[in-house]
Amino acid sequence: MSFISYLINGISLGSVYAIIALGYTMVYGIAKMLNFAHGDVIMIGAYVVMASVTRAGIPPFAAILISIVFCTALGVVIETVAYRPLLNAASSLAVLITAIGVSYLLQNIALLIFGANTISFASVVPVPAIVLADGALTITGETIVTIACCIVIMAALMLFIKKSKAGQAMLAVSEDKGAAQLMGINVNGTIALTFAIGSALAAVAGVLLCSAYPTLTPYTGAMPGIKAFVAAVFGGIGSIPGALIGGILLGVIEIFGKAYISSQMADAIVFGVLIVILLVKPAGILGKNIQEKV
Amino acid sequence: MNKTTKSNLITYGMVIILFAVMQILVMGGHISSLLQGLLVPLCAYIILAVSLNLTVGILGELSLGHAGFMCVGAFTSAFFSKCMAEVIPVAGARYLLAILIGAASAGICGILIGIPVLRLKGDYLAIVTLAFGEIIKNIVNILFIGRDEAGFHFSTKDTLSLGLSTDGEVIVNGPQGITGTPKDSTFAIGVILILITLFFVLNLIHSRSGRAIMAIRDNRIAAESIGINITKYKLMAFSISASLAGVAGVIYAHNLATLTAQPKNFGYNMSIMILVFVVLGGIGNIRGSIIAAVVLTLLPELLRGLSDYRMLIYAIVLIAMMLFNWSPKAIAWREQYSAKFKQGKQKEAA
Repeated sequence: MSFISYLINGISLGSVYAIIALGYTMVYGIAKMLNFAHGDVIMIGAYVVMASVTRAGIPPFAAILISIVFCTALGVVIETVAYRPLLNAASSLAVLITAIGVSYLLQNIALLIFGANTISFASVVPVPAIVLADGALTITGETIVTIACCIVIMAALMLFIKKSKAGQAMLAVSEDKGAAQLMGINVNGTIALTFAIGSALAAVAGVLLCSAYPTLTPYTGAMPGIKAFVAAVFGGIGSIPGALIGGILLGVIEIFGKAYISSQMADAIVFGVLIVILLVKPAGILGKNIQEKV
Repeated sequence: MNKTTKSNLITYGMVIILFAVMQILVMGGHISSLLQGLLVPLCAYIILAVSLNLTVGILGELSLGHAGFMCVGAFTSAFFSKCMAEVIPVAGARYLLAILIGAASAGICGILIGIPVLRLKGDYLAIVTLAFGEIIKNIVNILFIGRDEAGFHFSTKDTLSLGLSTDGEVIVNGPQGITGTPKDSTFAIGVILILITLFFVLNLIHSRSGRAIMAIRDNRIAAESIGINITKYKLMAFSISASLAGVAGVIYAHNLATLTAQPKNFGYNMSIMILVFVVLGGIGNIRGSIIAAVVLTLLPELLRGLSDYRMLIYAIVLIAMMLFNWSPKAIAWREQYSAKFKQGKQKEAA
């Protein structure tokens, strides 16, 4: 029974990684940049929910909506102010370093407003736990909601990209910016939309992550951010189903590593598997291997 | 004197002047003890920045795992110094050996990691080096090594499972790290090591091998087609860069009473900080790396008066500098402005 329980926990953690990884993968696909500040948007999203529930007394559901709107706006502001001027810079490293600067900025703003102390985050999930097999297997409400959220978000996003005009524009921009512009697509607007969606998903991920692991500090987002990025690379960066597969795989490996091998080595195991996968499939599981031509 | 020699001499001179100025300030008592404590780590950061610039600027590959190599150098050399503290009582000789051991172990790690990793490209390479750095940090944190009459004992669990005899001592104590490394690093030694590092790197860049490495950076396929051995030169640059990071680790380790591997000093945050030095100083510009390392290390200390706001200001300054330095619009504006300035000067002259 413990195996099944670990598996479910792993899938739940993996679902959070998958939702975060979506933000990375979409932004990478379209702007070809590693958005290092993505993890910190998760942290900001969680703080907004915490502050509106405990300090302003807003009901949890409304607080989540506020957080999503806030993070979406934040994502667009970051993109416009910090990233857009550098999108055509001579070196792609410039925008990476700016993203690191934004990450420091968000962490320090949170540090100034909320302090460095760990805040316990009261779960906002109203679903009760399910007890199966006479108490041998308990699935918490957070787990159920997380997995359900992940499935709904994935389905909605795939549908959005396949069916809507804006989604098609995103695909076109990620394929070829110049050609997309010639076809009358508003490239800057599409990139901003991508950041908006990614940041909204980060807010959701922040709430889910902090409901499952109820501690919150200004550095909460950093490690899940890096892990989710690893998940995106795992599945093949730029691919949405890849983010799902990579995220779930990563979560399951991490929980199994913690349970069966060594809790201190869990991170090393995750990164080790990443290296092995990349050596076998250099573009990730679902990534396309583009042949270089002269 | 040709242009290269002149430029190299300016770089060496800059480091020596920096050393002299700092030394005079320290002697005059104008520097707070906090700032004085930063001088040795500063030397380590400068070496790290120069060595990472070799990977990022000259080889053209993004590495986010540089702190991992620093970690290897730091721990192997601290282990050596602690074991040999009684066998080799002369601090200078012991330190010299520690540096060689730190550099060699980090260099070997660089080769081992480089062989599989350098096949990858761009951001994939970056994420794999980041992964390696985290793995190294993780392994160091579960490593326990003790010593008694029977020799060395290893364990990955705890100090008890080492099975030491009563007068055995624990040398590497897992998450508590290595305690009691001799404090051999000084600012003067650090500066000498910076100069040696610069000598290595600058000579490499202007040698036949250096030109081959830069040719690979500029166009891999063209370089391959004129007969340059890609794997050999990539591995060469990467392992030299790793071993120099190991030297920085040696300086860093021999300045601390307790050496532990935490996310703060050997995690990806550290690797990113070094990358910030390199990019802000100018990718491929060795002198720029030194200046950026000095300014960005001292900036948070100089802003200490602003207490809580200092890291916030640091972040804003970082973003603003990046936008000013790299944004195509800002570059165009600067060029226009400097053209106007020159025109004005010409008019004055006429």
